[in-house]
Amino acid sequence: MRGVSIIGIGQTEVREHWERSLRELAVASITAALDDAGVDRADALYVGNMLSGELTGQEHLATLIADFAGLQGIEALKVEAACGSGGAAVRIGYLAVASGLHDLVIVTGVEKMTDCESDLVTEALAMAGDGDYEAMQGLSFVALNALLMRRYMHEYGVSHEDFAGFSINAHRNAVRNPYAMFHRPITWEEFRSARMISDPINLLDSSPVGDGAATVVLCPEEKAKKFCPTPVTIIASATATDTIALHDRDDPLFLQAAHESAQKAYLQAGVSPEDIEIFELHDAFTIMAALSLEACGFADKGRGVELAKDGEISLEGKIPISTMGGLKGRGHPVGATGVYQIVELVQQLRGKAGANQVESHLGMAQSIGGTGATAITHILQGPN
Amino acid sequence: MARKKRKVKSMSLARHWRLQDERYKLIGRECAACGKKLFPTRDICPHCGSRDLKPYRFAGRGEIYSYSTIYQPPAGYEGFVPYTVALIRLDEGPLITAQLTDVDREGVEIGQRVEMVTRRLREYGPEGLIVYGYKFRPVLKG
Repeated sequence: MRGVSIIGIGQTEVREHWERSLRELAVASITAALDDAGVDRADALYVGNMLSGELTGQEHLATLIADFAGLQGIEALKVEAACGSGGAAVRIGYLAVASGLHDLVIVTGVEKMTDCESDLVTEALAMAGDGDYEAMQGLSFVALNALLMRRYMHEYGVSHEDFAGFSINAHRNAVRNPYAMFHRPITWEEFRSARMISDPINLLDSSPVGDGAATVVLCPEEKAKKFCPTPVTIIASATATDTIALHDRDDPLFLQAAHESAQKAYLQAGVSPEDIEIFELHDAFTIMAALSLEACGFADKGRGVELAKDGEISLEGKIPISTMGGLKGRGHPVGATGVYQIVELVQQLRGKAGANQVESHLGMAQSIGGTGATAITHILQGPN
Repeated sequence: MARKKRKVKSMSLARHWRLQDERYKLIGRECAACGKKLFPTRDICPHCGSRDLKPYRFAGRGEIYSYSTIYQPPAGYEGFVPYTVALIRLDEGPLITAQLTDVDREGVEIGQRVEMVTRRLREYGPEGLIVYGYKFRPVLKG
């Protein structure tokens, strides 16, 4: 195995892109990333995407995108792991380069969600759980997370308001990210009184769906300087799974797969949670932010919310999260999100995060599929 | 596209028919090796790896582990809104995901005793399939 570096990044704004199609979004981010890397060709393209078939009527997606990106002929495959599809595609790209099979790999995450009516999107997102035994009972994906949040509040004696800090922090950081969906800060009062979706989860606990695409270009670490003066190195890549359904877990409040993939990543990188300076976590809902912090060793069980209350997750805090807005503020084009996280970490580690810059050398990203059923963790190291 | 999609899905009669033991009788599995009771049905015990699993009929009683009332439903469940769903700890051990029915939404609480009943789960449009299955209601007194 050899080291893998990121030599190019590209992204589109996350929003309702009525004027741009799925393929156009993907191609725009690929073109930007190839220009950033200073290359015009690669050995392979891996596309993270969850719902192109369901919402756009388009499968065989990676081949379509390779075709329209001017990459005809190359290996092109779609990678799917529900909301973790983007992280999963990065994982496959990493394996391809680390193994020595490919020298130059493009990883793109893309999702197009706003062409459909919202009840169809809600139905499609529920496919991240167990179709026969969760979705068929009428549970939306939000409802599955709401079951976790209610139980968390019950077991640890915390209130809904205790989660406010996660959404307030995410929105504050999104304001200064030009690619983010939301550019408006929110207040504690707005959080408290937002419209209920699936109680106790309200609109401001929830990340918004959106359209968007993000791309990274990977190459072997030893060749990275040839392409890029500030290559960022992937020093750990690890994946783990848990039961697909919440009801099959011994302790639904502990994200076992998130824990295991983080532990494997720490071991590979030779670091511990205290060494991580930025954590781009999967804050699809405020409860997931709290559970991710706990699973990855940044807080004890039941104490994840305290990091939000004490401001430790802010840009100046002990463990900054969602530094460019996270899923909540940047937006959550589901299959693209895991690649956005990596792109944003690269911006940070290159020192190019603008007003949201965190002085940092080590950052971690974790992409989660379903209610914690798949977790993909990457640790990135900045240029020396 | 939405109409076409619903039409296609409503044709999947076999998908629902083959789950009738689970949906109507709450039949899961009991592991012959480790004795764990499992719902839904599996071919391999997740606890001990045994492939020796026998059908097991759950009594259909348990208590609420967590719950949520849904105001923004997936397509196909609009007619129930608002409706309450729950994770229920069955008396035999496993958790099950189901809707609550015949219940005062304001009065639902964790630890509440519930029992299984058979109800309509969803419809696939005016000419489509109607799917029935388990829901849970508060245990009737007396």
